[in-house]
Amino acid sequence: MSKGGSLSRINTRNGLLFCLPWLLGLSVFLIYPLCAALYYSLCDYSVLLPPVFIGLDNYVDLANDPLFWKSLGNTAYFAFGSVCLGLFVSLGLALLLNTKVKALGLYRTIFFLPSLMPVVASSILWMWMYNGQSGLINTALHAVGVNGPAWLADPAWAKPAIVIMAVWGAGNAMVVYLAGLQDVPTSLYEAAIIDGAGFFQRLFHVTLPMISPVIYFNVVLSVISGFQAFTQAFIMTGSTGAPERSTLFYVLNLYNVGFQDLRMGYASAMAWVLFVIILLLTWAATKLSQRFVTYDR
Amino acid sequence: MKGLFRARNLRSAATALLTLVASAALTATFACSTNSDKQAPRHVSYWEKWNGFEGEAMDAVVADFNALELAHAKRDPNYAPIEVEKVTVSKLEQKLLIAIAGGNPPDLAGNYSFTVAAYADHGALTELGPLLAKSGFDRSRYIEHYVRLGEYRGKTWALPIVPASTALVINKRLFSEAGLDPEKPPTTIEELDAFAERLTKWEITSADGSKHVESGYLPDVPVERKRLLQVGFLPNDPSWWMFGWGDFFGGRLLQGSDTISTASPANIRGFEWVASYSQKLGVSVIKRFRSGFGNSSSPQSAFLSGKVAMVMQGVWIHNFIEKYAPGLLWSAAPFPYPADRPDLARTTRADADVLMIPAGSAHPEEAFRFIEYVNTQAALEKLCLAQQKFTPLKSVSDDFWRVHPNPYIRLFRELGMSDNAVSIPQTGIWNEYNRELGNATDLIQNLREPPARALATAQSKMQAALDRDRKALARRQGQ
Repeated sequence: MSKGGSLSRINTRNGLLFCLPWLLGLSVFLIYPLCAALYYSLCDYSVLLPPVFIGLDNYVDLANDPLFWKSLGNTAYFAFGSVCLGLFVSLGLALLLNTKVKALGLYRTIFFLPSLMPVVASSILWMWMYNGQSGLINTALHAVGVNGPAWLADPAWAKPAIVIMAVWGAGNAMVVYLAGLQDVPTSLYEAAIIDGAGFFQRLFHVTLPMISPVIYFNVVLSVISGFQAFTQAFIMTGSTGAPERSTLFYVLNLYNVGFQDLRMGYASAMAWVLFVIILLLTWAATKLSQRFVTYDR
Repeated sequence: MKGLFRARNLRSAATALLTLVASAALTATFACSTNSDKQAPRHVSYWEKWNGFEGEAMDAVVADFNALELAHAKRDPNYAPIEVEKVTVSKLEQKLLIAIAGGNPPDLAGNYSFTVAAYADHGALTELGPLLAKSGFDRSRYIEHYVRLGEYRGKTWALPIVPASTALVINKRLFSEAGLDPEKPPTTIEELDAFAERLTKWEITSADGSKHVESGYLPDVPVERKRLLQVGFLPNDPSWWMFGWGDFFGGRLLQGSDTISTASPANIRGFEWVASYSQKLGVSVIKRFRSGFGNSSSPQSAFLSGKVAMVMQGVWIHNFIEKYAPGLLWSAAPFPYPADRPDLARTTRADADVLMIPAGSAHPEEAFRFIEYVNTQAALEKLCLAQQKFTPLKSVSDDFWRVHPNPYIRLFRELGMSDNAVSIPQTGIWNEYNRELGNATDLIQNLREPPARALATAQSKMQAALDRDRKALARRQGQ
């Protein structure tokens, strides 16, 4: 008994020792910054001088800050747009690439390639594509008789332009969907075909329910990354979120406040609000998933 | 056999180790004996924002200083020479703050003058006053406007090294083609507007499909039938100073240090003038026309490619022309003033590069020695000549004028000395203010809001921001 007990203690000790590097990393790089940001969000803190505790003032100011609401609205628009459009495009591509056509590997590679490109490089590339005068998109539109907008310089079109660009990198999600699709047992399709199910019936009653955990996973990840959008706007329209702040995303606003204006306390409050928003959305997605996601095999 | 091999290996390893230790000891002894009659250098770390030829200009000055220090140390063995180590840092104005906050700043930094107020408010700078007093600093050597850029709330935080000013720059060929005298640039805003109209050209598609070129704004020709080829003047090209057009009409963005005056009548007048170009040319036409341009320092820039005939540009325009459009016939003149405000003649945007010592610098006195050296007339002239700008000093050597490549350098300097030289307001909330003005000018240019309303909104928001900033400053000082 005592031998078993000491073995268990040794195992626990060894287990903890093996976990220690990760535990240290988690504490130093995640838990401490989270707690520090929570404390600083209650302070007037400029990084250069010691923080001064001001209670909930930063949060009260946030509620009355039109830029906070504007950037939140822009981000929600981007997140919703890119998640919906991204889901539609990447799932559609995955369904197409799950068929038995010639040169399938080539198509898969072609559609996956854009997602490998760094965001900065693809943003610069799309800036040229969206050029109002000589951009590829307007040139193509002109060829079919449409006078394209100035895209990134037009407050009505700048945000949709960035949403469209986000869909270009749908390759990652597409690969995950593809893996999910290939995991669906063929016996289910065979049974459905025997029962006389057509393509859409098979899609809605076999395919989608079977890959619903994958859809759930992709949607949650897309929502999180959608709310963290920064690079595209920073590169393509500048840190002011021009034109007319139509591309001022939440994290871009946070960056301006924290690193340009040195209001790190206020920026910490913004970061915590974003954290809570993402937490709530993930929770809502999990609740929804209980109704729509099936893990049965 | 195996044992013997091992023993041999062990012996040779021991011998190698002993040799190593002995040679290290000998080297150390030798080094000590040579260092005993020579002081170790004092290293000054220096962060500079410029790369390219501007950075190389400063490299040469640093090399001169280091050589002088070495020579000094050679003459006087008890003197520890200062060695400045310059590093080019991108986005310096932000990275420097992080370095200061982290307690590991460089000893010296080459920054923009508009950062002085925010840095000083946050306690990020070493006040130069006591060091200047010790060195017998003569403030009257400097052009008043530029030396003031390093001063804030009654204290000196930085010294100007490379100043700049702006002027109206014109394309003489396009003037001649439009039947204007290229030797007579506009002097008033009204003249500028009239010239701009004559310098604007469209390609018109007639009803029968034939094409021809016409000048003027042509409000009666529908947008679908005209394509803009060339513009006389665009207030947003380059867009660097969009926030400051009110200054050319007598407005100011800040009154004193605590009152935001964005919506003053003079500023509103300035931005109504900006909006008039959107009304005359059409918002979407300007947007599409501008999207074909490259940035100002590229051959595709609007002015260098001959798409815009007149621009407000800085003293550096000469470098751009030499590099990207060497055959361009150009001239510079003071930017025009409103005809009813002749007192505003020779208004210019005048800011500067400055040297500052960050708070927490490990070698402030040594860093200051370098600042002192750079601020000698010879060093400043070497630096500013290599950067093709003018010096912030009142006194200029004949040689400087003689060899300076920019034919309009005297004009740019005289503008910098003008009573109407204006710079970015010295306030700790400048970044925030600039972004707010960016949004207001967007709304004005896009004709989405009348200037009075857009500027009033910006004013009330920024006054609140300034009040908040003052309150926070008082709170921090009270701690």
